[in-house]
Order: sequence, then C-alpha cells, then structure tokens
Amino acid sequence: MSEEKEGLFSKKNRQLLVNPLDDNNPITVQVLGICSALAITVKLEPAIVMSLSVLFVLSAGNVIISLMRNIIPSRIRIIVQLVVVASLVILVDQVLKAYLFDVSKQLSVFVGLIITNCIVMGRFEAFALGNTPWKSFLDGIGNSAGYGLVLVIVAFFRELLGSGALFGQQIIPDSFYEAGYMNNGMMLLPPMALIVVGIVIWVQRARNTNLVETN
Amino acid sequence: MDTNKNSYTFIFALVMVIIVAFTLSFAATSLKPLQDANLKQEKMQNILKTVGVNLSREEAQIQFTNYVKKGIVIDNKGNLVEEKQGNEIEKGIAFTLNMKSEWKRKPEIQKIPLFVAEVEGKTFYVIPLNGMGMWSDIWGNVALESDKNTIAGVNFDHASETSGLGAEITTDWFQKDWKGKKIMSESGEFASVVTVKGGAKDGDNHGVDAISGGTVTSTATSDMFSNRVKLYMPYFNKLK
Repeated sequence: MSEEKEGLFSKKNRQLLVNPLDDNNPITVQVLGICSALAITVKLEPAIVMSLSVLFVLSAGNVIISLMRNIIPSRIRIIVQLVVVASLVILVDQVLKAYLFDVSKQLSVFVGLIITNCIVMGRFEAFALGNTPWKSFLDGIGNSAGYGLVLVIVAFFRELLGSGALFGQQIIPDSFYEAGYMNNGMMLLPPMALIVVGIVIWVQRARNTNLVETN
Repeated sequence: MDTNKNSYTFIFALVMVIIVAFTLSFAATSLKPLQDANLKQEKMQNILKTVGVNLSREEAQIQFTNYVKKGIVIDNKGNLVEEKQGNEIEKGIAFTLNMKSEWKRKPEIQKIPLFVAEVEGKTFYVIPLNGMGMWSDIWGNVALESDKNTIAGVNFDHASETSGLGAEITTDWFQKDWKGKKIMSESGEFASVVTVKGGAKDGDNHGVDAISGGTVTSTATSDMFSNRVKLYMPYFNKLK
C-alpha cells in the first residue's frame, strides 16, 4: 500500500486541489452544476454564499461517503448519497436558523439548489466512493473552489453590467447614466448567464490548449 | 461481507434511515426554541422597520412596546375582537396568529390582526401581510400614516423566490418606492397599490416599479397587498 507512505500534501494530493480550478473545472470542463450557475449569479453576494455552502457540503459529504465506501450496497448507492447530502444540508440549515439567523436567511434559498447540485452527487459517485477520506476531502475542496471561481466570475460581470453595482454598491458613476448609459437588463436574465459561461469556456480554452478537442 | 445481498441492502437502508431520522428530529426539536425566539425578534424588527425605527433584532425585542402601543384583532365587518397593550401584545392573537392558516378560513370567521404604533407623537397603523409568491409564501408588513391612506413604509420577505429576481422584493430600492403612495383614490374608494411592469409613471399615487425578470413575484406582492389591506376598510371607516 503506497497510500500509507504518501504525505498529506504530496504532489498527487495537491493536484486534487488544483486540477478542478482549471484543467478539470466542474462547470467549464465537466459541465456540471450549470443550473445553479444560472440561477444565483445575478449578484455577487449570493454567488459567494452559495460557493461557501457547496464548499462545506461537498467536503463534508465526500468525507462521509468515503468513510462508508466499503459498506454501502452498490445497488442503492445513489439513494445513500442523496440521503447524506440532503440530511447534511438540512442539519446545517437548522443549526444556522438557531445560532446564525441572518446567515440562514441568506442561505434558505439555496438549500434546494445545493441538494440538487450535480457537482455534489457527481463527486460522491466519481471520487469519494473509491478514495480515502483525506483525498476525498481535498477533492471536495478543490471542486467546490473551481465551481465557486466560475460562479464569482459570472456574477461579477452580470452584476456589473446588469445592475451597475458590485456587492450591491453602485460602481458605475451617475455621470455615465446622465450621458445616456443604461444597465443591460438582459444580463439579469438566465440566457446571459449561459453566454457569460460560454465566454469563460472560450477564454479558458484559448489559454489552455490541452482542453481543446482534436476532432 | 457480501454487500450485494438483498438482506444486507435492506438492513443497511433501514439502519441509515433510522439514524438520519433520529439525528434530524433531534436537531429540529432541540433547536426549535432558539429558532422561534429568532423569528419572534425578527417579526418585531420588521414591524418597527415599517414605521421608520431601524433596530437590531435583540434591540427590537427590548424596545418593541416603546413604539407599538396596541395589538388588536378585528373581524371582516370591522368590529373589534381583541385588544392587547404593553407586554401583553406579544402574547395576544394579533402577534401570535398563524396568518397562513387563518387566511384559508371563511371570511366571516377570519381574525384580522392590526398593530397601532406611535413614533414621535405620530400614530401609525401596521398591517401584517401574507400571500403566495411565485414558488412559495411571501409576507410582510405595511404601515399606514394616521390618515389611514398614505403608506409610511413597507417590508416584504419570502421563503424561496428566485435570488436576484423575485427575491428583490426584500431590497430597499423596491420597498422605498411604496413610501408615500396612497391606498385610496381621490374619490375615497379603495384603490390599492400595484407594481407596474416597465416602471411606474412619476406622480402615480397607486403604482410602483416592478422588478425586471421578477414579474410574477412583483404581481404576487401587489395582489397580496390589495387582498390583505382591503380587509381593514370596514374598520378604518368606523374609526372615521
């Protein structure tokens, strides 16, 4: 077993953290989690809250699934995964409602979105079921960071061009509006999120030619 | 151990469900008192916000009775059913009523809650609102000035409207537009306030800007507003 001797942050383990940021990004390369990327990127703040929630749920869920990987009956593994993610999310929501009420108000909208996020189920199925808890934890952090990165980029452009603001603060000066500048209402609607994600994918592949399909 | 056996699968599922059910119900029941306390504080905070008193949640609970003088319940003919004052308000029907289930009862037996607040010598009537948004419940409060016509302030909240679109009903820009609007027409009829797609015209006393991309929630908000506020007309007419 070479795993035993492997350092906590060996090269292979670092890859688990870094790869999903670019080469194996869950949104732009694996094309997972698109629905939530459309739904909550109208403004920066909810996008960041969502990224942090996914970070928690995915890394904790990955560890739990990985710990149970040898005892989960393979025929009901998807159901087990769903139960783990759903109960984690509900548990977190309950605790927040009691102790961090204001955060829970922000988060309440995302509860359903986190449970149905295909990245969470995708990582449970593809990684945590076959790897050790520590690796699964790193994989969870890496993938949710990759997801969050794209979310923040998309939300940045949508809020800036759609509302003329960032984090709810007006950025585009009043003099622009007086000179005839108008916010692009289209940016607030889901189609523009797809187009922005498309542009992100384009820029990423122009820079990182390994990702370009050869056929 | 053969994890593919039917019996193993069944036992695994059973054990898992029991553990999860126990954990979740334990969390839900043990945290309930804290959650309820938060909701109560938030309700007080929201009521005070509509009359222009902005306080933190904790502060709102302490100061609540300094501003809110009466919690009353009326029926649909405008008769007074219950009136509570001071520290009794938070125990009274007006404050504890579950509006969602009340709202489904027959109009003749519905209890209609109202709060009377006083801020810097001015009287305000605060009407709690409750309705259905695009996905789930929406609710809020509206404060009317002592003429029972001009809106002094509103706040809206929601359970699961779309973030950035329908959920914008909770934002200041949407809510501050309602301030100063009138619920009665020039001739004294109930005219309500509606959200206008594309933006309300300047000087329109009964229209506010709707939310781009959030038309369903915007309309639901103004429907909720008119459905609830019109119930108070018999009572307000009697006060005149």
